[in-house]
Amino acid sequence: MTGVLVPLGSDAAAGLRPATREVLTLARDLGEVTALAHTTPTADLLAELGSYGVTRVLTTPLPEPASAAAVAAQAVVSAVTEVSCAVVLFTSSFTTKEIAAHTAHRLGAGLLIDVGGVHLDGGRLVGGKRAFGGTWETVCEVRTEVAVATVTPNAVMARPAPQPTVPELRDLPAEIEVPPRLELLERTVADHSGDTRPSLAEAAIVVSGGRGTFGDFEPVEELADALGAAVGTTRDCVEEGWLPPEAMVGQTGTTVAPRVYIGAGISGAPHHIGGMAGAGTVVAVNIDDEAPLVQLADFAVIGDLSSVLADAVEALREHGG
Amino acid sequence: MRSTEDGTLNEVDENAVETALQLKEAAQAADPDSGHEVVALTMGPSIAVDAARRAMQMGADRGVHVCDDDLAGADYAVTAAALAAAIRTEAPVDAVVTGMAALDGLGSVIGSLLAAELGWPQLSVARSVSWADGVITAHRGVDGVSETWQAATPAVVSVTDVTNSPRLARMKEILAAKAKPVRTLSAADLGLTTEELTSRTAVRSATRRPEPDPEIIFDDGTGGAKLAEYLIAHDLLAKENS
Ligand SMILES: Cc1cc2nc3c(=O)[nH]c(=O)nc-3n(C[C@H](O)[C@H](O)[C@H](O)COP(=O)(O)OP(=O)(O)OC[C@H]3O[C@@H](n4cnc5c(N)ncnc54)[C@H](O)[C@@H]3O)c2cc1C
Ligand SMILES: Cc1cc2nc3c(=O)[nH]c(=O)nc-3n(C[C@H](O)[C@H](O)[C@H](O)COP(=O)(O)OP(=O)(O)OC[C@H]3O[C@@H](n4cnc5c(N)ncnc54)[C@H](O)[C@@H]3O)c2cc1C
Repeated sequence: MTGVLVPLGSDAAAGLRPATREVLTLARDLGEVTALAHTTPTADLLAELGSYGVTRVLTTPLPEPASAAAVAAQAVVSAVTEVSCAVVLFTSSFTTKEIAAHTAHRLGAGLLIDVGGVHLDGGRLVGGKRAFGGTWETVCEVRTEVAVATVTPNAVMARPAPQPTVPELRDLPAEIEVPPRLELLERTVADHSGDTRPSLAEAAIVVSGGRGTFGDFEPVEELADALGAAVGTTRDCVEEGWLPPEAMVGQTGTTVAPRVYIGAGISGAPHHIGGMAGAGTVVAVNIDDEAPLVQLADFAVIGDLSSVLADAVEALREHGG
Repeated sequence: MRSTEDGTLNEVDENAVETALQLKEAAQAADPDSGHEVVALTMGPSIAVDAARRAMQMGADRGVHVCDDDLAGADYAVTAAALAAAIRTEAPVDAVVTGMAALDGLGSVIGSLLAAELGWPQLSVARSVSWADGVITAHRGVDGVSETWQAATPAVVSVTDVTNSPRLARMKEILAAKAKPVRTLSAADLGLTTEELTSRTAVRSATRRPEPDPEIIFDDGTGGAKLAEYLIAHDLLAKENS
């Protein structure tokens, strides 16, 4: 049976993230799943991993600077060797892409970034992704013995295993070299415990507002809350100071692949589209029916976003949503 | 730096060139005889040389163009191996500056792979970059984490579109750029082995997605309700995944 490694990252202590549950669901379909943690998992985390069919959990602490990709990657490589995995599956974020790159380099493994699903075919890992602003659908395969991939959020619905497992817990001895000449001077992790909305990168629905909001994000936020969605935006709005940089979707912002992407008052520049072209369904609201985002949408309303979004919220409330 | 399909410079790579120029200027300010140069390195078909030209118009001193049919369709690993080999031919190098993501591939991995290939420290997705006494300091904020890193050179740095404002090329530099030298290197020049030239991933199929055929509604006061109806009818309200 193919061994699949899923690195949980350092934030697993607080419970599994939705994206990690999705990756565990995909991993289980590929073979026997081993998870890698950096602190001893709590009983709750172990039970949750068991509910997703994980058979083994390896734990190894990371030396400082633990947040350097080159450090985390060495732990992943040790785990791959320890349990001879043929596939390493990461969630997809800036941080994990860097760790995945260092891991693939050390393993001499082929690397797939931002795939929207994976399967094995003749022992090879195959993954699909959208390319060139979502105009092409490509299927890539890995030709090396070991494959490393990052999977976009919302690629699959997370499903617990039909039969829960009791994961074996094992300490992983790993000799990790600290990268030369590198020093972390300061690190702060934003506190998201009070957040009422899902994280932008992982949300199943994203409602984004662009310059067409003229800085009034209330209609966008109200629709997002009616849908349980995250709020996104464009670079122009970040530059205006209307929303923080974390909310930016695009080439140089966050890549999102939600089930539904609703863009209001957004023209749809290539830089923006590159970051949301993996969305399942695209809805646009714009006064201009020629706007590129309208042209690539599945459904578009041509009109003033403030009234259209407010009316949509009202209709959703009536529906009981 | 990366060229786009039509050979122009991937825009965030203009920020990378700007950072490189600023690092050179800082080195010169500290020591006028430092002799630092900015070299624009690109890999791609013949047209990709335009990306190096564009960088030289901004002020890069010369160009290196890795160009070989054997490198067509290179995957991340081959791209990084070839770029690293080209960088080694330029030794000593203080810093390699890349963009955070190329617009077409959006892999965001080349910087990490170069750091791994070269065995250098990496300062990635830097929102600000400064250089003093052989040490580069960079601040980044990604995935809800804000960090300040410091690396003694040589180091790999990747920058974003907000790291700086790329300077506009002036007429004098546009003319001067024509005379700046570009070294063209083949895979053989770089001494790349068959293994290094073999892509580890392959595209099995690429299909053009059907032209989008949007259902467009002109708002007559019912547009918002229709938007809600669309989401409801297509079962797109599910919240369990969020
Ligand atoms: C190197 C580089 C990287 C970049 N990276 C990114 C990135 O990652 N993400 C990103 O988003 N951008 C990025 N950009 C910027 C990008 O090129 C665009 O400038 C930006 O996306 C445009 O933002 P916008 O759609 O909000 O504004 P605009 O392009 O001004 O569009 C506003 C839209 O609102 C519509 N509108 C106006 N009034 C109303 C109304 N009342 N109701 C409804 N619609 C209305 C208009 O018709 C128009 O379509 C980058 C640019 C560069 C050069
Ligand atoms: C749609 C698409 C999907 C792909 N998917 C995969 C995949 O899953 N696995 C795989 O192994 N390969 C893949 N490739 C191939 C990969 O894109 C190329 O190897 C490419 O040269 C580098 O990756 P990137 O565009 O993602 O660059 P990024 O890592 O996003 O680029 C970051 C920076 O690196 C520098 N850089 C990148 N390319 C060059 C270059 N040629 N010359 C000089 N500097 C450069 C630039 O400064 C750029 O801003 C894909 C290509 C495309 C077009």
